[in-house]
Amino acid sequence: MSHLDTELKYLKDELLVMFKLVQLQVAKCKSALMNFDTDLAKEILVNEKRVNAMELKIDRDCENILALFNPVAIDLRFVLATLKINSNLERIGDNAEGIARYVMDVHEAFPTEFTTAYAIGEMADIALSMLEDAIIALENEDTTAARKIFLKDDALDTINKRATRTTMELMLKKNAMPLHFLNLLSIVRKLERVGDQTKNISEEIIFYIEAKVLRHAQNTD
Amino acid sequence: MNKIETRNVNLHYGDFHALKGINMSIVENSVTALIGPSGCGKSTYLRLFNRMNDLISNVRIEGDILVEGKDIYERGVDVDELRKKVGMVFQKPNPFPKTIFENVAYGLRVNGIKNSAFIEERVERSLQQSALWEEVKDKLKKSAFELSGGQQQRLCIARALAIEPTVLLMDEPASALDPLSTAKIEELIYELKNKYTIIIVTHNMQQAGRVSDRTAFFYMGELIESDETKVIFTNPKNVRTQNYITGRFG
Repeated sequence: MSHLDTELKYLKDELLVMFKLVQLQVAKCKSALMNFDTDLAKEILVNEKRVNAMELKIDRDCENILALFNPVAIDLRFVLATLKINSNLERIGDNAEGIARYVMDVHEAFPTEFTTAYAIGEMADIALSMLEDAIIALENEDTTAARKIFLKDDALDTINKRATRTTMELMLKKNAMPLHFLNLLSIVRKLERVGDQTKNISEEIIFYIEAKVLRHAQNTD
Repeated sequence: MNKIETRNVNLHYGDFHALKGINMSIVENSVTALIGPSGCGKSTYLRLFNRMNDLISNVRIEGDILVEGKDIYERGVDVDELRKKVGMVFQKPNPFPKTIFENVAYGLRVNGIKNSAFIEERVERSLQQSALWEEVKDKLKKSAFELSGGQQQRLCIARALAIEPTVLLMDEPASALDPLSTAKIEELIYELKNKYTIIIVTHNMQQAGRVSDRTAFFYMGELIESDETKVIFTNPKNVRTQNYITGRFG
């Protein structure tokens, strides 16, 4: 393995560690929300520091590779994609932290009837499976796995669009605190953002492997 | 641990002040690249460590030059022993007019080694270390001049390694070679640093970035800046270093 290959492999390994860390944060979010687990929510807040530290390290390593090795072709695309994937992962981490803060801030669990109405559990499961697809796509350089993510993001978008109507329906029927609805609506938005960011990541993986630019494209075939 | 140290080293060629107050340490088992424009003193500095500058008649050297903690310019230093410990590879490949085998064996023979089995084993090991063995193992009796430029340079590296130096000095070792041969030499340097301390003079800054752990920038006889290579090439402290590596001068 050449010196550059060694550095690129190390960078990929780091990125996969970051991926799995962020995936775990999102998984913990779902658990913390559904079980009203404030201890788990605290864990998410603490681990967010690790996510941020990793983002800085990966950015620095990309900078060093560009400065020292002048990579070209697929190697250059990989480093450029890593910079963007890194940034998207950090934002997913921010969204997970935001959701954890909601759990810390409320004084009681969200009623199950509400979390079901908003399909929070379903959204979290879809987001987690999208992250899993992205990890597989990156590990195996598998653009088929990357493309699965686009349809799943559509499912998240559909649930998100329903959320405003859900809020109106529940407010008319129930006497629950408006704050619950606002918080749940924000959580839905954050999970939808996780989906968008994961979709961005899959576009970068496809760019790195196939040299196709899917950002801003109408069709993502 | 510092393998090599220079403390306040000044060198004059007659009236010309070629090296000015150089203070630098070189860590064991690392690759240090010396960069800078032509005439800045890089090769003069490199030649301090195997006393090649002694061969120039009007040279005057002041300061301390230590290899493995010992002043190599002290009275009584055996220069031949020093040059066994500190090997050198030059810009233009310079194999001897001998067979491939004898090129590598030569250093062992002049040092009094007569045991054929030992010589054969050491020649093979050196050629393997310089990533040349597979290409020449079936033609060791052929003339070294039948090899390509890149192969000749790797033969010269094997020749230097045969007498088991601890330091390797390389003065633009790939500048006369094609890109593929250059890549092979660079990979070799990267692998050799596990066992040797390597100092390389290069005009190719991308090469310095690819192969070295530390980089020292020289300009008009002065050491302007020396740091980890990744620092020099991402955020150098001195504006002259930045101007040089970005191609704004030199």
